[in-house]
Amino acid sequence: MSQAVDIEDQIPGTYIFDGRAAMKGYALNKMCYSFNNAENRAEFLKDEDAYCTKYGLNDEQRKAIRERNVLAMIHAGGCIYYLAKFAGIFGLTVQDVGAQQTGLSVEEFKKRLKAQGE
Amino acid sequence: MARIIGGLTTSHIPAIGNAVPREKELVNDPYWKPFFAAYPPAREWLRKAKPDVAIVFYNDHGLNFFLDKMPTFAIGAAFQYRHADEGWGIPTIPPFQGDPELSWHIIDSVVRDEFDLTTCQEMLVDHGFTVPMSLFWPGNTYTEVKVIPVQINTVQHPLPSPARCFKLGQAIGRAVASYPKDLKVVVLGTGGLSHQLDGERAGFINKKFDLMCLDKIVNEPEALTRLSIHELVKEAGAQGAEFILWLAMRGALTGKVTKIHSSYHVAVSNTATGLLVLENAA
Repeated sequence: MSQAVDIEDQIPGTYIFDGRAAMKGYALNKMCYSFNNAENRAEFLKDEDAYCTKYGLNDEQRKAIRERNVLAMIHAGGCIYYLAKFAGIFGLTVQDVGAQQTGLSVEEFKKRLKAQGE
Repeated sequence: MARIIGGLTTSHIPAIGNAVPREKELVNDPYWKPFFAAYPPAREWLRKAKPDVAIVFYNDHGLNFFLDKMPTFAIGAAFQYRHADEGWGIPTIPPFQGDPELSWHIIDSVVRDEFDLTTCQEMLVDHGFTVPMSLFWPGNTYTEVKVIPVQINTVQHPLPSPARCFKLGQAIGRAVASYPKDLKVVVLGTGGLSHQLDGERAGFINKKFDLMCLDKIVNEPEALTRLSIHELVKEAGAQGAEFILWLAMRGALTGKVTKIHSSYHVAVSNTATGLLVLENAA
């Protein structure tokens, strides 16, 4: 586990989803995994708080969900593959999520992507 | 005897899954043109080669597998594989026909070879599998081939090393070569190239590294197997680690390998896209 912490120091802005994160984020990730199912997505939208309780999210995870804050979800143990299913409920793409995490507008984020191919 | 006639790799970005049904219209769209324009030579090669089976190295992104049980390597041994709702709106596509007899031959062979795979008689396949199939067999004509999904964990670290994935490919290559039926097999590696979805480094792309990988994987794949997973994350981005799936594909090509076609484009969605067609002669 310490190996992953070392590597995160070497690659700023990168989080290694390892056993440590997987334990921390289990409830949050399990809830997001449930969003593969349309009925679950509807149930979440109907009463977000009750749905978070059903999956046993802690306060940090609930706050991140309430604020739609992806970086905070990652800090709370979220894995991007499952979080993407949460973002999808609100029609957010990976570019919207990328812009949010980098503090750029979506247009600026897209421009930066394209520039890296030049 | 069965033989592996070639290997193909492609990115598997969900946005492509949304675009594929509209390819005829999007092929002239400035955003999509450079991407779709690269695929006709790959489809032409497949049309002429007429494979019977496609073995697909891909990664599940939380459709079939969750963190409750997360296999490092899993192989399908089913008669049929279905796509399903992934939560964020990619259209689902029709089922794929399996070849469980060949699956079990491969399982027997690679377990004997010390690769202890998780075997799955039921397995949903996600965009990591479906997008490449719908790209290579347009109009969902993939029903012409039987498929064997080989799923490699890229969700939860520790991920298997590039060297280990290459060796798994080699073991599957040997298994196919020892199968008594006269079958033509292609191997697919999906995902990549450089991209990162999470963290403040989201949107990271490394063209120089990608082009080096596209070049070396043809004739010097061993050089790439010396990378560690963390080096791969650093150079290709957190999700660029999917390149291990390309290395598994390359490991299965054990004959004389010739490059037929390749393409590289930045970017579709958050990802540098790569395409490669390799022929494998005895």
